[in-house]
Amino acid sequence: MLQMSKIQKIYRTDLIETHALRELSVTVSDGEFVAVTGSSGSGKTTFLNIAGLLESFDHGQYLLDGKDVSRMSDDERSIYRNQKIGFIFQSFNLIPDLNLFENVDVPLRYRRLSSADRKQRIEQALETVGLASRMKHLPSQLSGGQQQRVAIARALAGEPALMLADEPTGNLDTAMAHQVLDLLDQIHADGTTIVMVTHDMQLANRADRKIELLDGRVQTEEVVKPNFPREVDYSKAEPVSARA
Amino acid sequence: MFFYNLRLALKSMRRNPIMTGLMVAAIAVGIGVSMTTLTVYYIMGSNPIPEKSDRLFAVTLDSWNPIRPFDEDHPERAPHQLTFHDAERLVDMAEGKRQVAMFESSLVIEPEAADQLPFEAGARVTTGDFFEMFNVPFLYGSGWDSSADRSAERVVVLSRKLNDRLFGGEDSVGNWLTMQGKRFQVVGVIDAWEPMPRFYDPINGPVQEVNEMFIPYSLTRSLELFSAGSDWGWKDEDIESFEQWLNSESVWVQYFVELDSPRDRDEYQAHLDAYVNEQKKLGRFERPLNNHIYNVEEWMDYHEVVASDSKVLLGLSFLFLVVCLLSTIALLLTKFAGKKGETSLRRALGASRRVIFSQQIVEVAVIGFSGGLIGLLLALLGLQGIDYLYDAPDSLVRLDWFMVLVAIALAIVSATIAGVYPAWRVCRIQPASQLKTL
Repeated sequence: MLQMSKIQKIYRTDLIETHALRELSVTVSDGEFVAVTGSSGSGKTTFLNIAGLLESFDHGQYLLDGKDVSRMSDDERSIYRNQKIGFIFQSFNLIPDLNLFENVDVPLRYRRLSSADRKQRIEQALETVGLASRMKHLPSQLSGGQQQRVAIARALAGEPALMLADEPTGNLDTAMAHQVLDLLDQIHADGTTIVMVTHDMQLANRADRKIELLDGRVQTEEVVKPNFPREVDYSKAEPVSARA
Repeated sequence: MFFYNLRLALKSMRRNPIMTGLMVAAIAVGIGVSMTTLTVYYIMGSNPIPEKSDRLFAVTLDSWNPIRPFDEDHPERAPHQLTFHDAERLVDMAEGKRQVAMFESSLVIEPEAADQLPFEAGARVTTGDFFEMFNVPFLYGSGWDSSADRSAERVVVLSRKLNDRLFGGEDSVGNWLTMQGKRFQVVGVIDAWEPMPRFYDPINGPVQEVNEMFIPYSLTRSLELFSAGSDWGWKDEDIESFEQWLNSESVWVQYFVELDSPRDRDEYQAHLDAYVNEQKKLGRFERPLNNHIYNVEEWMDYHEVVASDSKVLLGLSFLFLVVCLLSTIALLLTKFAGKKGETSLRRALGASRRVIFSQQIVEVAVIGFSGGLIGLLLALLGLQGIDYLYDAPDSLVRLDWFMVLVAIALAIVSATIAGVYPAWRVCRIQPASQLKTL
């Protein structure tokens, strides 16, 4: 799914150069759940931005779902990002004056889907996160955990091949964080590849594999669940809405 | 996508109503001022009788002072009016399809009703061809015929306004009217007719209202009608009687002729030259042959109906619009700066730069449209102000549908142009740069 080879990223100002990533090589297989950890300044966010095609890089090669994204134009990257990647941000990043339906609709709008198709995907995504009954509500009328579930619905609605999560529980209390993590587990169980950036080791331990970054390089790599690829018994999956 | 962007634009405008209001107001004021001047310019510059403006000709004969031209700034020009007797002769010769000699005068009307006081009313003293030549619409009756001209019949055509005043708007054809102690029979009442500019008499004012009534030119002698309009003279003449004045070299009669083809125009020009050459033998027309005929548009240019200061004013008003748009640009930059987080998110979720750009442009177009609507109201107020100050005719202070569409289009286009730079700046935002600011 994701294959980065010797990726280098340098931020330059008039006075200083900051090496954010130094020949970083990371591979994530289809259906895998990988947690990327590291201290502040280790390059986690830069890695996630580059993985999500939000930023370019200076050297190296990056194959996403088999396609070399290095030479893509800005427009091509936008289209590919829209089709392949779902984002979950630490601060939810919902648009305040759009209701839940409209927020989930945002990435679908850029995909030129029919109105009926969009509606069906939005309703299904909100159903999955247990918020179908509140689709006309504004984000400000929801709790933090619910807002993050809307953000997850927005990512899910696009049926992404890769889901990137940046500290998805960073702004949540423990109970809400568990709800969100359970949801991510279910999405992963459904076969979606997830790469999650976190500094929370407890959270990282729920992934199949942990990668620790230090100074823009992979410091350690640890398989948490050696049985990957796992076999999932979908018949036993509990509906998220029942747990909400 | 357009309707989606439209919905986002309306939400964005509601999100910050004060800033939206300021932008709409800036555009509205700019549009209001520029549309007020543009409307006046457009109406004054438009062809008042497009269906036959190339067939109607104002006639000038150079009977002026042999020592100096009529107009020192334009020595090639002959006087813009004729002497009474030259006009009378040209009418008698009737070389054109139709011919009109005319001047402005005024008469005192003595109403029949005992409770109404006599009042003075402006009159156009003219020949019967006036009405057909200038396509004058009639509410009741018609103009008079050539026999009425020849026999100097006391007939009158009333304006709608005067007919309303004298006869309560009813069909007054056949009724009698007493003016200067003489009885006049009403033969027609003209309908609403306000050619703008008043092409048939720009000399006495291109924005004046149409005269209140019309009476035959041939009544000039018997009623001793003096000109109440423009009257120019160059010759030191002893004038002690009305007849002497009519026979003087003073020029105060406007003359129009209708000619159907360029060939007719050439022939009429030759006819004028022949007439003047004949007069030269009598010791008149001492200047070299300098007779001209002008079609309606040439006649408007001759009189600079669209004055050069109007053009300057128009330019200044558009400069003011530019200043308003610069204010709008500054406000848009501020507003769009506040949308960096949302823009960054939309970019992250797959919106290309072009999509973001078009979203912002739709928003400024909506702001421009709103400004245009309010600007139209301000333009109407501005035109009412002109009406109040200068007592201009209704047709000058009216926005027609074309001008309404021009105002809306101008507002949208200018706002869109103003929005290009702010929108371009917004769409350059990197997707990752502002994600934490939403």
